[in-house]
Amino acid sequence: MMGPNNMLEIKRLNRTKIWEWVVLSLMLASPFLFAERAMMINEIAITALFAISLDLILGYSGIVSLGHAAFFGWGVYAAGIFSKLVNPDPIVGLIVVMGSSLVLGLICSLTILRGSDLTRLMVTLGVSLIGLELANQLRDLTGGADGLQGVVMAPIFGVFEFDLSAKVASIYSVLICVLVLVFVRRLVRSPFGFGLVAIRDNSLRARAVGLNVSHRLMVIYAISASLAGLSGALLAQTTGFASLDVFSFDRSADVMLMLVIGGVGWLYGGVLGAAVFKLIQSQLSSITPQYWMFWIGLFLVILVLTGRDRIKEWFAGVSA
Amino acid sequence: MLTLLFDGVAYGMLLFVLSVGLSVTLGLMNFINLAHGAFAMMGGYCMVYLFSHLQVPFLICLPVVFVLIALLGAFMERVLYRRMYNKSHLDQVLFSIGLSFMSVATMDYFVGSSQQTLVLPEWLQGRHEWGQDPWTLGVGNYRLFIVLLCAVLTMILQTGLSKTRFGSQLRASVDDPTVASGLGIPVNKIFLLTFAVGSGLAGLGGALGAEILSIEPMFPLKYMIYFLIVVAVGGTSSITGPLYASMLLGVADVFGKYYIPQFGGFIVYVLMIVILLWRPQGLFTKGVKR
Repeated sequence: MMGPNNMLEIKRLNRTKIWEWVVLSLMLASPFLFAERAMMINEIAITALFAISLDLILGYSGIVSLGHAAFFGWGVYAAGIFSKLVNPDPIVGLIVVMGSSLVLGLICSLTILRGSDLTRLMVTLGVSLIGLELANQLRDLTGGADGLQGVVMAPIFGVFEFDLSAKVASIYSVLICVLVLVFVRRLVRSPFGFGLVAIRDNSLRARAVGLNVSHRLMVIYAISASLAGLSGALLAQTTGFASLDVFSFDRSADVMLMLVIGGVGWLYGGVLGAAVFKLIQSQLSSITPQYWMFWIGLFLVILVLTGRDRIKEWFAGVSA
Repeated sequence: MLTLLFDGVAYGMLLFVLSVGLSVTLGLMNFINLAHGAFAMMGGYCMVYLFSHLQVPFLICLPVVFVLIALLGAFMERVLYRRMYNKSHLDQVLFSIGLSFMSVATMDYFVGSSQQTLVLPEWLQGRHEWGQDPWTLGVGNYRLFIVLLCAVLTMILQTGLSKTRFGSQLRASVDDPTVASGLGIPVNKIFLLTFAVGSGLAGLGGALGAEILSIEPMFPLKYMIYFLIVVAVGGTSSITGPLYASMLLGVADVFGKYYIPQFGGFIVYVLMIVILLWRPQGLFTKGVKR
């Protein structure tokens, strides 16, 4: 039972803060403010979306997944192939990919209901590796190791054509990223979202107060998969290319790292993490392209040793 | 047919040596160490360096590599890993991914990304064949050597864990560290030693596998999944579970790659997922815990 104080608390939480408006409008303005870096903005928006989708299961529901790239990769290839063979309209493509990843996520969610963290880790990793194998072997459809080439998109709504400078692409991705952010914000602050947090903190008690744990986990996993697929689709549509590395372990690890940099279980963590990660990556890899991996590794180790709640705490004053 | 089976068994034995250390840290100490492959890779590099460059005899190389990697493991445990035991699984995963990334880049920096090759001494080269055509058993000397060595190692480990004082102290420390230390068991030392032996075994596995698995900087990430499969499928409560699991994996992998090369990896992953869904605690565990 929720007392009146809790209800007030929830209402207070649900009110959109001023700084949130600022962040969202900054995001929307970014393609125009940094028009010459449109490529970068596009990439950040896509990875931010991917990170948000992971946060839904990792941060809000406590499912440690090492294979979220499975859905991302599915989105990339599904969007690419769909536009090539069926219909080049980007919006239709997005809807189809989201629907199909939702179904895929629902099926895969059956695999994460049982077992310990290790089992989940293995199963999610296994699913993404199966995706990698399939994309590699179904050469006729996916282009195998050469990647899927020649994806040409129709203009959005038949008006806005994707151009080489990625201006339209970046506006398109950022807009969708913001829409998703608003949706996810609503989702995690609904009774459903609070239920997820309860399950994450103590699934036994959550069950005892009458939450249907399996059902909720399945739903959130499917939603998360569909958002990951959406971000993959954006990548395929805006770059017109798909390669095998979208399924790779590195990609799952990278997105987890971004989320951890930004803060797990915090709505804007994914966005912040993706922006920081991509900017550092572009800086560092221009200095030492090969050994970028070393610095991520070192960063991770230090981050965990010092406690990864620190970064979140810096923002705690703001987000509270 | 029989040759394939034997190769599979040898491969499985190798996987067992590589991953038994992980099954100890993961199962007994409940620590998800994704950087286990890094120790194996270090072992492989040490082996190549000692044997090919310094010309140390093969049979001396193996124990030397074991000791070196065990020392490295002990050092890492003391400095880094010990702080991680009580953290959440997510932290452990991040931490060990970080370590493996670092090891990959470091080896790339010092040795280069090319694959290291190991030329075996003459007495381990060559192979014998027995039997008629459909049932020919071809046994490579080196694979036979691996199988024998691993069998001996398994027996030592099994007795070590179940019969000796150290083994019972370890099991006690894992069940309840607080009570164990209350009874005067030096829990930290036991964990340190266990971790060292585990990583030493990984190093030994890397050294033995240098000829078969190909040692390169990406090794830790490439084989991580295999180690994890062995541990997850074999369960973590015994030595024999991972042993059977690695045999199964080795044979499945070799057969899969031989008969349906396009889908070799695919079969292994599907098999793993199915097994884990069916028995989330591992295939070879008695009863269901937790």
